[in-house]
Amino acid sequence: MAKTKKTTTATVGIDTQNDLAGIEVAGLSQGQIVRKRFFRHRGALVSMIVLAFIIVMAFTSVGTQVAGLRIGGWWPFSWDSTPPVIDGGRPSMWLLPFTVAFTDGGLSFAPAAITFGEHPFGQDEVGRDIFALVMRGTQQSLMIMVIVGLLATVIGTVVGAVSGFYRGWRDSVLMRFTDIVLTIPVIVIGAVLGRRFGIAGAPVLALILGLVLWTAMARLVRGEFLSLREREFVDAARVAGASDARIIFRHILPNAVGVIIVNATLLMAAAILLETGLSFLGYGVQAPDTSLGKIISENQAAFATRPWLFWWPGVFIIAIALCINFIGDGLRDAFDPRQRKMPSEKALAKAATATRTQQSPAGVPVVVESLPETEILPNAIAPAEDRPLPDPTDPPTGGEPGPDDAPGSGR
Amino acid sequence: MASFILRRLAQSLLIFIAATYLMYLLVALSGDPLQDLREGNAPNKEALIAARIDLLDLDVPPYLRYFIWLGGIFGLTGKGFGWLGVSVQNQPVNVLLGQAITSTLQLVTIAALVAIVLGLIVGITTALRQYSAYDYGVTFLSFLFFSLPIFWVAVLLKQYLAIGFNDYLRDPQIPWWFILIVSPIAGAIWSSIIPGSTKRRWITFGVATLATAGMLGYMQLTDWFSSPHIGIAGIIISAIGIAFGVTALSVGLKRRRALRAALVTAAVGIGMYFLFMYVLSYFINEWLLLVLGLVAVGVSYAIGWFMGGDDRKPVARTTAITGLLIAGLTVLDRYMSVWYVYSNSGRIKGRPIATIGSQTPGLEGSMWVHGVDLFAHLLLPTIALILVSFATYTRYSRASLLEVMNQDYIRTARAKGLTERTVVVRHAFRNALIPIATIIAFDIGALVGGAVITERVFGWTGMGQLFQNGLDKVDPNPVMAFFLVVGGLAILFNLLADLLYAALDPRIRVS
Repeated sequence: MAKTKKTTTATVGIDTQNDLAGIEVAGLSQGQIVRKRFFRHRGALVSMIVLAFIIVMAFTSVGTQVAGLRIGGWWPFSWDSTPPVIDGGRPSMWLLPFTVAFTDGGLSFAPAAITFGEHPFGQDEVGRDIFALVMRGTQQSLMIMVIVGLLATVIGTVVGAVSGFYRGWRDSVLMRFTDIVLTIPVIVIGAVLGRRFGIAGAPVLALILGLVLWTAMARLVRGEFLSLREREFVDAARVAGASDARIIFRHILPNAVGVIIVNATLLMAAAILLETGLSFLGYGVQAPDTSLGKIISENQAAFATRPWLFWWPGVFIIAIALCINFIGDGLRDAFDPRQRKMPSEKALAKAATATRTQQSPAGVPVVVESLPETEILPNAIAPAEDRPLPDPTDPPTGGEPGPDDAPGSGR
Repeated sequence: MASFILRRLAQSLLIFIAATYLMYLLVALSGDPLQDLREGNAPNKEALIAARIDLLDLDVPPYLRYFIWLGGIFGLTGKGFGWLGVSVQNQPVNVLLGQAITSTLQLVTIAALVAIVLGLIVGITTALRQYSAYDYGVTFLSFLFFSLPIFWVAVLLKQYLAIGFNDYLRDPQIPWWFILIVSPIAGAIWSSIIPGSTKRRWITFGVATLATAGMLGYMQLTDWFSSPHIGIAGIIISAIGIAFGVTALSVGLKRRRALRAALVTAAVGIGMYFLFMYVLSYFINEWLLLVLGLVAVGVSYAIGWFMGGDDRKPVARTTAITGLLIAGLTVLDRYMSVWYVYSNSGRIKGRPIATIGSQTPGLEGSMWVHGVDLFAHLLLPTIALILVSFATYTRYSRASLLEVMNQDYIRTARAKGLTERTVVVRHAFRNALIPIATIIAFDIGALVGGAVITERVFGWTGMGQLFQNGLDKVDPNPVMAFFLVVGGLAILFNLLADLLYAALDPRIRVS
């Protein structure tokens, strides 16, 4: 990956330059490069920590129940215990040192204590602790998300790989079938299947949803395989006598893994929203199971009187989906070999003042591997590094030739 | 080209028919259509069951029953062409669909249009201001919108926006602290969007802050929310602004001829404002309004054509867009003028933003009042519905434009001395639109799916309800009617995207 590059300043060390241009000089493995780039994406990193925190909290706080076996947690209440209702079930948690009230003249503040209390998220009308309920719902939603993500990824990858690698009649048949499934909106087919299988429990529902959501993945993997199978290294492997299976698994699949992983995360984000949407419509998880969407759906009527029944499940849905979207975005950046950091205008200006004394020949663009950063999809949350670039005349959007394939390898 | 369209159409139709078969089987097998009767304890239970079996041909297995349904559509069952069967309650599905389709199509069309316009504008401006605070803000917002459950947002909107805003409308005051907080924020946003040196940014900030504060102050002083209006002063300012803006975007302000033509159009538009507001608008209906709109565009085009000089077409285009926008503003003002009447009418009782249903039953008034009624009912569902689509379009148009801006030919265009406007509008924008067309076509299905949830939250009797009622009773006919419309829309939009592709990209040679 390393290439020579013109530099017009002596003030910036080689290491910094390589670092900021995203060029790995030392022989790093693909995994190392990806990891390094991923950890540079601040949004993704923070999201990963938050998601890990949510997962740990959901499973340790109220424990879990697998096939009738109940494992307890550190939270005093369980999602099915009904302690007496305190203070009308109002949340006992208050995290600001003051209270805010809207009055006629404007806002008024009054001092208040930061408290956590016995039922931080409140209670519902029969006294069930909302924190415990939401944690249980989070567990279920996370489980559904993971099952759907894995199953849909496997099916989509197999279908896409077979049709992209073998082409011909297999491709026609599989892709026409994909088109057929794709014609039906996800929520519609999900509702129809959920009506039949939702009653069988959350894991079954998850499997069924996995059977619905693979279509986009199949198309993407097929596209990836179609282009990869024409590459020289595949020809070389075939000349060397490799079997189809070996070519697929050892040569093509590792090169397509970026697309697959990125879309698997996005699929999971879609899955959690689909599950909650279906549960809301009544075609998703059925009682006695619960999920975040089901809690919202059950308490919709109580919104005017007990809004906290409604707030917390929603907040957790958003937090999980947001984290996964950000992680997917970070992975996309990390796996994209064309991705290069571009310094911000501020950094350019800083570099300009730094190099003014160095008499840099203006107008000479810096050749960074002849491939500038071309943003493929959402990724700009990671702020451009505020480091100087050697030559300030290179515009941020670059004038370099970009790759010619269509944008949007995702979604 | 024609053969390509025909082939695509035939292919899509075959896939669509296969999809209906799959859908029919899934719905028919999703439960027991006789469950409610079996569990009931009516004395004539057996007779009821037999009657329903006879009504819906339940004795025929689903994989064959589908063909009865398909035959009905092609007029083979003797009920006429396009017969969609009957529902469990023996109501013709055609009638049910006719009642449901209008409100849903209204909702989806308006949501799609709003999402496309907003998404493209925001996506393109973020791409042009890559890595600005505005860009980061929009990026974060679109990630947030991706992650929002529609139904959750819808309930929140209902509770806080609708009820809160209706409460506010009882005594609409804009407090001074609100103006103090909002104006600098608006200024900061504008200075982040409009580029330039530090000094120019500060000027932008100041002007935007003052303008916002002035506007809010004016709204407070004139009690704007009780009787909203643009007014003749607003129309004059906006018309001149539109003339300058459209000219700047369309041909550039250096073309004095075009600017003059646009300003003449604006003057004509201002003149027409009086005629329309005080005379014409009292005598027309929706169709005449459409005709008047076309006349406005035609007249504006003619102005551009005659004043255009040597290079007429771009000038005529500029004036046509200017005329259309001014006409739109005039109509908007006309709608606003009945707001007071509407919100204080006996049916509304001062709570105009509706949370239930798609129209106020028994509302009397002119077409303008009904238009406002439609707006008040569409507002919240549309907001809930467009969030995800808006996020998608923003991200894709941004990515697409960035990709294009890195191409060689853009550098060539800059190198030969074209203005930034020409580079962006003519060279980059057109090409950036190509991938977006596909995304939008694909997204229509998701939009209708979202409409099912939105309609449920807002209690609309639309297609979502048709679908849900049918599914709850394991009744394939209404569900299939729903799916015919949804799938038909998806196929139509995919076809449109193909056509748009060919129109936008001359390189696409169809073989």
